[in-house]
Amino acid sequence: MRLPEKVALISGGARGIGAAIARRFIVEGASVVVGDILVERGQTFAAELEQSGADIIFTPLDVTSESSWADAVALTIDRYGKLDILVNNAGVTKRELIENETAESWDHIFEINAKGVFLGTKAVLDEMKRHGSGAIVNMSSSYGNIGSPNSAIYGASKAAVRLFTKSTAIQNASFGVRANSVHPGPVNAPLIEEFLPFPEKIKMLESMVPMERLGQPDEVASAVLFLASNESSFMTGSELIIDGGINAR
Amino acid sequence: MRLEGKVALISGGARGIGAAVARRFAAEGASVVVGDVLLEEGQLLASEVREAGGEIAFTPLDVTSESAWADAVALAIDRYGKLDILVNNAGVIKRDRIEDETADLWDRTMAVNAKGVFLGTKAVLSEMKRHSNGSIVNLSSTAGIVAGPNTASYGASKAAVRIFTKSTAIQNAKLGVRANSVHPGPINAPMMHEVMEFPDKLADNLARVPMGRFGEPEEVANVILFLASDESSFVTGSELVVDGGITAQ
Repeated sequence: MRLPEKVALISGGARGIGAAIARRFIVEGASVVVGDILVERGQTFAAELEQSGADIIFTPLDVTSESSWADAVALTIDRYGKLDILVNNAGVTKRELIENETAESWDHIFEINAKGVFLGTKAVLDEMKRHGSGAIVNMSSSYGNIGSPNSAIYGASKAAVRLFTKSTAIQNASFGVRANSVHPGPVNAPLIEEFLPFPEKIKMLESMVPMERLGQPDEVASAVLFLASNESSFMTGSELIIDGGINAR
Repeated sequence: MRLEGKVALISGGARGIGAAVARRFAAEGASVVVGDVLLEEGQLLASEVREAGGEIAFTPLDVTSESAWADAVALAIDRYGKLDILVNNAGVIKRDRIEDETADLWDRTMAVNAKGVFLGTKAVLSEMKRHSNGSIVNLSSTAGIVAGPNTASYGASKAAVRIFTKSTAIQNAKLGVRANSVHPGPINAPMMHEVMEFPDKLADNLARVPMGRFGEPEEVANVILFLASDESSFVTGSELVVDGGITAQ
């Protein structure tokens, strides 16, 4: 097992990529706290895994709320005595041309995707530094590295995550706390679910990928597992792009 | 085991990072062919891995020679029936200011570090495409992304590897062959040993690393394992930086 005795907190873990990460972490021996605003979904998900013997708990978590983060971290430490891994996974997207976007939409996307990562990181650093050990994995996007046809705000928020991750890494490199970002391309998960009823839109997404297919949540979970585990012990401030080749051309 | 049933060819695998990769791959269930110009060290490594229960063969391999590559690939296929993984690891370095470097040195550095990757890639592609399955992992360097004080030729050769890898990825994305580059910072391996002999040079190099230490060959081997294995199935044309935070600054 690759995460023996590790304790992980995953935001946005009730479904999609976050849920795939939770499942994978559990298989690899971790105790997992899943936080999400999707309370019913998260509770069902955790109950399911618990029935099959997993060490998992769900907690309501609004990543835009500092007190909600404090509660989630306190719960983790009360229950498991420590916190080794934070996965800042919660995120939202909206597809629109810049001229059709609103200031409210900018605020909403940044609040969750970017400030949520800041608040989560801030909430766990003391505990991780106290133990001289920790791994933070932040969900950026391949659109945090390159421009996109219709997700300008989303991309900007993910670029914020990309650089915030590097600062987290630099500030904490000497304290045993690592921070890295993951940059998925189009993945068959809830953020693209609006496309699912339209085969031609899915085709269009696939055609943007040199591999000519969408990624699967499990493929992202494998990368997050690698960065969360001690196997990546000399990696900090790095970006792991999982996009079937989009960024390479 | 994470490389069960896989066959891997590793250039420059007799010592340092390449040897750590060979050990790790063998421990994860791969059959390993190690190629190197260092015959004695290569044979010693092969017996060591074999004694530990690993499946390994050594072959002389000068990466600047097209026929040496053909021989190594033929050996892998004769012996193990296929070739799933190529690690283009062989490399050379010489530290000098540009005005003190010679044209011969440039040619030598480019021949091994850059053209060697081209010849290795060319030698394996038809076999990998035939099986619609393959993973090529190329050793670049942080010096292929940012400049070092006295590694201009080396850095240029590693930058060539960085982009050659992306072209390999794009050209073969639809054919089931992935290609990614690994970018280590200073690693406790033969390339750094000339630096580590001098306390002031050692201190200068350590000061550049936010983590305050050099990486170990095993930490690079972990990254290569991730990229070589099916866990990274949606990762192609990507760069994995393993540098303790150097390039995040």
